[in-house]
Amino acid sequence: MASHEQYYVPAQSKWPIIATLGLLITVFGVGTWFNDLKAERADSNGPLIFFVGALFLAYMLFGWFGTVIKESRSGLYSAQMDLSFRWGMSWFIFSEVMFFAAFFGVLFYVRNFAGPWLGGEGDKGVANMLWPGFEFTWPLLNNPDSKLFPPPSDIINPWQLPLLNTVLLVTSSFTLTFAHHALRKNQRKPLKLWLALTIVLGAAFLTFQAEEYVHAYTELGLTLGSGIYGATFFMLTGFHGAHVTLGALMLTIMLIRILRGHFSPDHHFGFEAAAWYWHFVDVVWIGLFTFVYVL
Amino acid sequence: MSAVIDSHQGQAHSDHHHGPAKGLMRWVLTTNHKDIGTLYLWFSFAMFLLGGSMAMVIRAELFQPGLQIVQPEFFNQMTTMHGLIMVFGAVMPAFVGLANWMIPLMIGAPDMALPRMNNFSFWLLPAAFTLLVSTLFSEGGGPNFGWTFYAPLSTTYAPESVTFFIFAVHLMGISSIMGAINVIATILNLRAPGMTLMKMPLFVWTWLITAFLLIAVMPVLAGCVTMMLMDVHFGTSFFSAAGGGDPVLFQHVFWFFGHPEVYIMILPAFGAVSSIIPAFARKPLFGYTSMVYATASIAFLSFIVWAHHMFTVGIPLTGELFFMYATMLIAVPTGVKVFNWASTMWQGSMTFETPMLFSVAFVILFTIGGFSGLMLAIAPADFQYHDTYFVVAHFHYVLVPGAIFGIFASAYYWLPKWTGHMYDETLAKLHFWMSFIGMNLAFFPMHFVGLAGMPRRIPDYNMMFANFNMVSSIGAFMFGATQLLFLFIVIKCIRGGQPAAAKPWDGAEGLEWTVPSPAPYHTFQTPPDVK
Repeated sequence: MASHEQYYVPAQSKWPIIATLGLLITVFGVGTWFNDLKAERADSNGPLIFFVGALFLAYMLFGWFGTVIKESRSGLYSAQMDLSFRWGMSWFIFSEVMFFAAFFGVLFYVRNFAGPWLGGEGDKGVANMLWPGFEFTWPLLNNPDSKLFPPPSDIINPWQLPLLNTVLLVTSSFTLTFAHHALRKNQRKPLKLWLALTIVLGAAFLTFQAEEYVHAYTELGLTLGSGIYGATFFMLTGFHGAHVTLGALMLTIMLIRILRGHFSPDHHFGFEAAAWYWHFVDVVWIGLFTFVYVL
Repeated sequence: MSAVIDSHQGQAHSDHHHGPAKGLMRWVLTTNHKDIGTLYLWFSFAMFLLGGSMAMVIRAELFQPGLQIVQPEFFNQMTTMHGLIMVFGAVMPAFVGLANWMIPLMIGAPDMALPRMNNFSFWLLPAAFTLLVSTLFSEGGGPNFGWTFYAPLSTTYAPESVTFFIFAVHLMGISSIMGAINVIATILNLRAPGMTLMKMPLFVWTWLITAFLLIAVMPVLAGCVTMMLMDVHFGTSFFSAAGGGDPVLFQHVFWFFGHPEVYIMILPAFGAVSSIIPAFARKPLFGYTSMVYATASIAFLSFIVWAHHMFTVGIPLTGELFFMYATMLIAVPTGVKVFNWASTMWQGSMTFETPMLFSVAFVILFTIGGFSGLMLAIAPADFQYHDTYFVVAHFHYVLVPGAIFGIFASAYYWLPKWTGHMYDETLAKLHFWMSFIGMNLAFFPMHFVGLAGMPRRIPDYNMMFANFNMVSSIGAFMFGATQLLFLFIVIKCIRGGQPAAAKPWDGAEGLEWTVPSPAPYHTFQTPPDVK
């Protein structure tokens, strides 16, 4: 609840409209590109339009966040403003949780309902009339129509790279917490070291993830097009990887800000927001490791 | 002790009472909740007319049996775009506009919590709809798979424009999520001292819960359209059984979003009429606490009823039973609300100005939509009603006299606060009665043709349905034309009229009536004390 204090209301801003135009141009470019690829039209304008949109977005991100950082450092943000940011970030992360929940839901539905029904289970087993010989197993190494969707020859062994990646990401959550503790005690040197280590761990994770994808595509035949196993596998791990990338980017920016002397022991919400995001990404990985790789 | 109003150039708190900037850029760059509310409301009305024109095309084609005016392919695009535009372009933005205008005024906040993001939420919508509507002119035509875009119609058999449809939905989703985050942050963080949660006007409460629903389900919709995108362009098999996926899976994911979505479109209307009915009955709202709990219960239940849209698709018996009973449970909290509205009016000293007319019609007609919903909830009966005009009648009864009458009631109730003038009561009453009659003429006969088996989304029909369809079309034309009268009334009210007092309605309660009419550009820079 509000107390009688100052709440900062910026008068006007050009960033939202630049962001809107940037997003519109970007998605228009991507859509054009995808459609041209599918229809096999040469000379697509899509990539160029996409590139222009991405430039807009990059300009906007630097400008908008730059403005916020400047305002924050000039002391315009009260404790109440800080709380608005906290609510904003928390609910944004909740929306991300629901985004991943949708894909986990898909995985559970396929494994527990759609798959067994395709294999003829249940009193309505009509689907089995389409592909009479189809037996449902998980991981799915034979698809109902293996010509249309060539199945993978094998899946990723969870106890090699994925296990290593689990260790890396869980460790990175700890190192980040150490960095946060150092920040709160105003120990700038350990702060920089722990934060840099966190980013290195994140980058290592992404490198191994890329290696795993190459292995899946080139040696296992595990692709986006290899049936529902590949589809759910790449959708979940791919979006997770994209989030790790974003999280690592956020932490890198925090590191740059720290090197420039930003943040104080009791005023560092930018850092905390990035840390929350990183922990969220870590928790999603635990879910992925359990339900996508192991079980 | 006042809010700092910073001009972007960095001269801090130069002017505490400066007015809006001049010219077009005022609207493009604004961070003011009242400006953004106004933008939302005008955008919503423009989309209402556009989506409405598409409904007129549909009703013109269905005026008589046989194919007269449009090709079936175009008819499909009209039904699809009508639904999408009305849901995402008209109803939702109208409520966000009302939230922007009224929530800070109702809780004594200087603005929305995150004003720049607020501007971003708004401007994404014109961008999204430009992208969506422009596909109508593209080769292969616009989306033609119905507003529910079931796979594989929207994947394997979709026109090329589906790609842009998907990205348009993403933009709308980003807009909604940011808007909802802003509403929650504002309500939780910017209430005036003394404004405890259980003192908040119900419109604020219903919006708090609506915002939660939005943040919970819009990402699921994003996931849904992303899987479509992957199936269309990258060879995945989420919705293709040949690869081990399932088209029915699409329906589960879609309706997990879609069912809370229908409450997103009605809860803010519940909140608005809960302010309006007490004002014109001159009695406090009956059962405030139970209203709050009923709203929360409806929101909770909305997450566990989605498969009632899918009774005929072949789900297990246990599923049919669970979703049937869970759906019927919603009648309990909804019944509490209707009971409370009726009890508020009971022995009140009522007058029937236009906001009250729309609110009373809301209570009666929304209840009819609720009852037909209960009929549809009965799984074995739904086997008969599914995909008929009975369903069309049902959801138009909850959306037109529900959501849209709620918006009209709110608009008339708060127009004096927004413009500083009273609207023309005679014309407004005419608008109400024409809308009321037109809407009932349009949608009531749909119950009959639906029960008799007329399928929805088909441009032609059996001769036996001819008379009722002609009545429906006449009603729809009447309802549609009447909305131009609404436009006229609003413009007239903006341009002039009897000056409005700070509190133009004697029974009205709430902080919004403590500021002058029209509300100054900046209000509650110092939070008021709420007793």
